[in-house]
Amino acid sequence: MRLQMRHTLNDLFAADPRLVMVLADISAGYFDEAVDAFPDRVINVGIMEQTAVSVAAGFALEGFIPVFHSITPFAVERPFEQWKDDFGYQGLGGNVISIGASYDYGSDGYTHHGPADVAILLTVPGMEIVVPGTAAEFDTLFRQAYADGAPTYFRLSAEPNGADRPVAFGRLEVVRVGTAGVLIAVGPMLDRVLEAAAGLDVTVAYCTTVAPFDGDGLRRISAPGADGARRVAVVEPFASGTLTDTIMTALRPNSVQLEAIGVPRVVISRYGSPAEHDAALGLDASGIRDRLSAWLAGTEAP
Amino acid sequence: MATDPGIARIDALMTRASGDEKHDPSTRSTLDVLWVLYDRVLRFDPAQPRSEDRDRFLLSKGHGPLALYAILAAKGFFAADELDRFLTWDGILGGHPDRNRVPGIEVSTGSLGHGFPMAVGVTLALKAKGSDRRVFVLIGDGEANEGSVWETALLAGSLELPRLTAILVDNGSSTRPLGDVAARFAAFGWRAATVEATDHDRIETELRAQDASRPSMVVVRYDGGTG
Repeated sequence: MRLQMRHTLNDLFAADPRLVMVLADISAGYFDEAVDAFPDRVINVGIMEQTAVSVAAGFALEGFIPVFHSITPFAVERPFEQWKDDFGYQGLGGNVISIGASYDYGSDGYTHHGPADVAILLTVPGMEIVVPGTAAEFDTLFRQAYADGAPTYFRLSAEPNGADRPVAFGRLEVVRVGTAGVLIAVGPMLDRVLEAAAGLDVTVAYCTTVAPFDGDGLRRISAPGADGARRVAVVEPFASGTLTDTIMTALRPNSVQLEAIGVPRVVISRYGSPAEHDAALGLDASGIRDRLSAWLAGTEAP
Repeated sequence: MATDPGIARIDALMTRASGDEKHDPSTRSTLDVLWVLYDRVLRFDPAQPRSEDRDRFLLSKGHGPLALYAILAAKGFFAADELDRFLTWDGILGGHPDRNRVPGIEVSTGSLGHGFPMAVGVTLALKAKGSDRRVFVLIGDGEANEGSVWETALLAGSLELPRLTAILVDNGSSTRPLGDVAARFAAFGWRAATVEATDHDRIETELRAQDASRPSMVVVRYDGGTG
């Protein structure tokens, strides 16, 4: 996905004179040619992420469409107040593209992890959040949303799904249909969710736009059970429970039996691959399967 | 200050507003330089506050915006009656300015250290447009404790931004001594000068001055109180 960002942005620089990129060293080498071709619109400010986001807001004040890019903690968490004040509160449009989703930099330790990114950005009014599952999906979703006038977060993952899906910004896609409940797979979780749900009688929906969330789509595919409650599980590649309020609000006033499966709120102090972290945190296919089985049976997960 | 009839008029307008005593020294310390800027230097049209042909002014130090509000009212951006509703539910003039509510306010500030880097972004954007308009930004000495101020000093000092002029009002509010602020900015590559708040002609000279390639910093010393 990171390489696709390079291709997509470099293609759009020539096509859209409003597009501006503000870098803080990370991935700067991807844009050397763009700096030469468009020196007024591609700037690497150095390692100063708070200033970088405010500089991007300055471009937005003058009608440009800025894009900022860095690793998740430095793209979102360090300059969070700049996203909130300079973009969200002022009503400015712009984009942030992160790499290093949750623990993609698994061997670099917890300073480079960022599973809380989506949860904190959801608190910014008007913030759009996109979680593509593949490189091609990023290209599609970025082109659909980058110029829509809202601040938009694109969360890129180093652990993509194996196949591209026909995604559209703001739309939940039904992958398969079942009767026992709805299972929402967010972005790069789809492949392991499908593996975990093999043989289970559930509808699987694929979510690549977290905000604005396709509440209408979810209501259409989630029928109330005999007890009047809708049964929904969500598998999140970020902090567990991030989408709980979003889903509950979408299904109001119905009661919901919700199972949220995501990165638990623990200090991740081991070093290793993303797959090793997934297994340790119960987010590989086996761990997800255990949680789903318990959810359907109405029992505690092992 | 009372020798300038313009200042006396703004002072009178400021008395119409009340309730923000905690920011009073903060706003009075900006009054002289803002009056000189709006009365003698800045290009604007209050009937078209977002005109492409305007110079931009960003109040990075969003604390104490009353002097700016009063000047904007005096220059016709909005009716002076708005000052009577300062800090009230039905008014548009808050304790920190909102660009989406107040004509003439370029940027919403209040959280310190945001407006200065945004001014750099605006300057870069105008450069990309091929505009010859200038950008002014006012920061406080207390605000200069923020790391983003020095990130921005480093960044702008290394770029060719002759149309950017920063004003740092030094009213002794910085918890940590800043020393010779102009020298510090000069070390980062800025054209820098220090003036007294009461010396309006010198302020005008320094605000009008532009280096061929570097951004400018005008440090305004004010002895009338901290805040």
